[in-house]
Amino acid sequence: MRHIISLLMENESGALSRVAGLFSARGYNIESLTVAPTEDASLSRMTIVTTGSEEIIEQITKQLNKLVDVVKLADITGGEHIERELMLIKVRADDAAKRSEMKRLTDIFRGRIIDVSETTYIIELTGTCEKLDAFIEATGDENILETVRSGVSGIARGEKSLRLTAD
Amino acid sequence: MELTGAEILVRFLKDEGVEYVFGYPGGAVLHIYDALYQQEDVRHILVRHEQGATHAADGYARATGKPGVVLVTSGPGATNAVTGIATAYMDSIPMVVITGQVPTAVIGSDAFQEVDAVGITRPCVKHNFLVKDVKDLAVTLKKAFYIATTGRPGPVVVDVPKNVTDPNIRIPYQYPREVSMRSYNPTIKGHPGQIRRALNLILGAKRPMIYSGGGVILSGADRELTEFTQKLGFPITNTLMGLGGYPGTDKQFVGMLGMHGTYEANMGMHECDVLIAIGARFDDRVTGDVKHFCPQAKIIHIDIDPSSISKTVRVDVPIVGDIKHVLTDMNRELDNSRKRPDKSALEAWWKQIETWRGKDCLRYDRNSDLIKPQHVIEKLYEVTGGDAYVTSDVGQHQMWAAQFYKFKSPYHWINSGGLGTMGFGLPAAIGAKLAHPDADVACVTGEASIQMCIQELSTAMQYMLPVKIINLNNRYMGMVRQWQEFFYESRYSHSYLEALPDFVKLAESYGHIGLRIDKPGDVEGALREAFASKDRLVFLDFITDQKENVYPMIAAGKAHNEMHLSPERELA
Repeated sequence: MRHIISLLMENESGALSRVAGLFSARGYNIESLTVAPTEDASLSRMTIVTTGSEEIIEQITKQLNKLVDVVKLADITGGEHIERELMLIKVRADDAAKRSEMKRLTDIFRGRIIDVSETTYIIELTGTCEKLDAFIEATGDENILETVRSGVSGIARGEKSLRLTAD
Repeated sequence: MELTGAEILVRFLKDEGVEYVFGYPGGAVLHIYDALYQQEDVRHILVRHEQGATHAADGYARATGKPGVVLVTSGPGATNAVTGIATAYMDSIPMVVITGQVPTAVIGSDAFQEVDAVGITRPCVKHNFLVKDVKDLAVTLKKAFYIATTGRPGPVVVDVPKNVTDPNIRIPYQYPREVSMRSYNPTIKGHPGQIRRALNLILGAKRPMIYSGGGVILSGADRELTEFTQKLGFPITNTLMGLGGYPGTDKQFVGMLGMHGTYEANMGMHECDVLIAIGARFDDRVTGDVKHFCPQAKIIHIDIDPSSISKTVRVDVPIVGDIKHVLTDMNRELDNSRKRPDKSALEAWWKQIETWRGKDCLRYDRNSDLIKPQHVIEKLYEVTGGDAYVTSDVGQHQMWAAQFYKFKSPYHWINSGGLGTMGFGLPAAIGAKLAHPDADVACVTGEASIQMCIQELSTAMQYMLPVKIINLNNRYMGMVRQWQEFFYESRYSHSYLEALPDFVKLAESYGHIGLRIDKPGDVEGALREAFASKDRLVFLDFITDQKENVYPMIAAGKAHNEMHLSPERELA
């Protein structure tokens, strides 16, 4: 099953490689991994999307917790949560028909065209993985020049927050 | 007090209470060696290879419970140390390894003797650090000792670039007495609700078994475990790492379990209805086929590392905490409880266990004209009164030592259980002897293993460390040969050691005493002579029966009740 694991870790050099190394050494899957500093510059927030049986996911969370640099961790898949991924996609737009088709598709998916050249558009699109996949499919391989995806960022809904407590 | 980085490092070790540093100098650590030279509080033990330094520090740690400390240079110094670091990691041994590094300004430029020590050691350390600024040095070292010795212990590497120990830069130094880390807080106390659930299972058990491992020794919980076991009257088995955690001479002890465990221990595991796992990690050499592991048992597992729980075998009642604390709580609860173990069920269970014990599964041919390795270990046990610190290498000799030397107390059995590192025994014996200069220290080894760190005979000479080397010389890599006999139709591919050195002369050339023993009748006399010699290292080269195998044996992937006993006594 697919799980989204969010974690806060010390913003130190090498912290990312500890996580990546753990996954490769123990043979766990990574679908995507994103990381960036938080509002507290000493902490990084990471979102890992992984798949595995319940036993494997349990081991993954325990092994991640065991890393000395990991401050806090939550598997947000269990509760209500929001996940988003950003995609930048460069598509062929070299005649009037294609330009209007791409514009229309972008509007339908609530994306934005952020760069225009004589022959191409770059489209910015945010959403769940499924939405981005659907856009790629609708665009068609023959029209795609390049895609870049950020990987999933996830956050729990409501009061539930992954942050350091006062104590 | 203003000190250089090198002085801070050495002064910190003194303030931390470090007696010995095991190391080998080189370019990147010369400033540190200069600081070591100018003081007498921290004693440096010069090894002959960095692997030896890590194993010696490891042996010191296992013999004392205190962290072992290593100092090596950058590049090959660090890579040579890796095997010893991985050895300590697999067995959760507290160790701090200081590696020199090229100056920060040239890190990443493929400088002379540069390797990414933090990167290379990452998968085999509990944690590691690169110190980039001398101002961080003392606190980082304190964190390293704190992490290495608390929770589930393990090795920590501190990589120190040469400019951090620059003799021209002085900064104020104060020993950091305490350090706290928001991301690292091991659980010490067991959950009271879980403890009660466990005790309910324990007191309702008809066929209980206690299975304890190295965690008992690491936690210093041997007394609590003994009290717990004897209060309940349950049978107890130890893992290879757990030997000495419960007195091996006691009647409730049914021997080691697992691949080369006793018949009674393995059958007891297979038939038990409640298994109490204490500081053990369900290693594949213990469990055999996990699908058929303790098929009838409810399992309680006490461990300080949550990731050890339900890793390979699903458990029913997990208790995360330090074993000493958890067992103390459990013993108190047992005292306060009105419930008692089921006496008649236990009597029937013990009767069954005694039937298994009656098989005498460790029996071997005592009338042979050849020296039986088991006989050597039995005599070693007698001659040392069971009080020696015994290190071993890896292979058949290791199993015989584990089976035949009845360890009475913790810290006395020192072997590489998890990683299975040949070459461990001699340097580990050096570390143990430094820790316990007045005690007998024996290294049980074989002619293959001993050659992997043989150069440390020179270290033993330099520091006058009179350890006794018990070389069970069968001219084969015995365990490899045994597997080839059993599973490869006796095709002994590259397991025969041709061109062996004359170990007597070899020992003598290092300045030690060498003895060759090839008759069973001479074994005891030679051992007595060797241990009577209090100030000399004696290398005893026992020429043993080449064909002897380790029994009982469970083939890899088989269940506990699928044991092979020695051929003449195979089960019907």
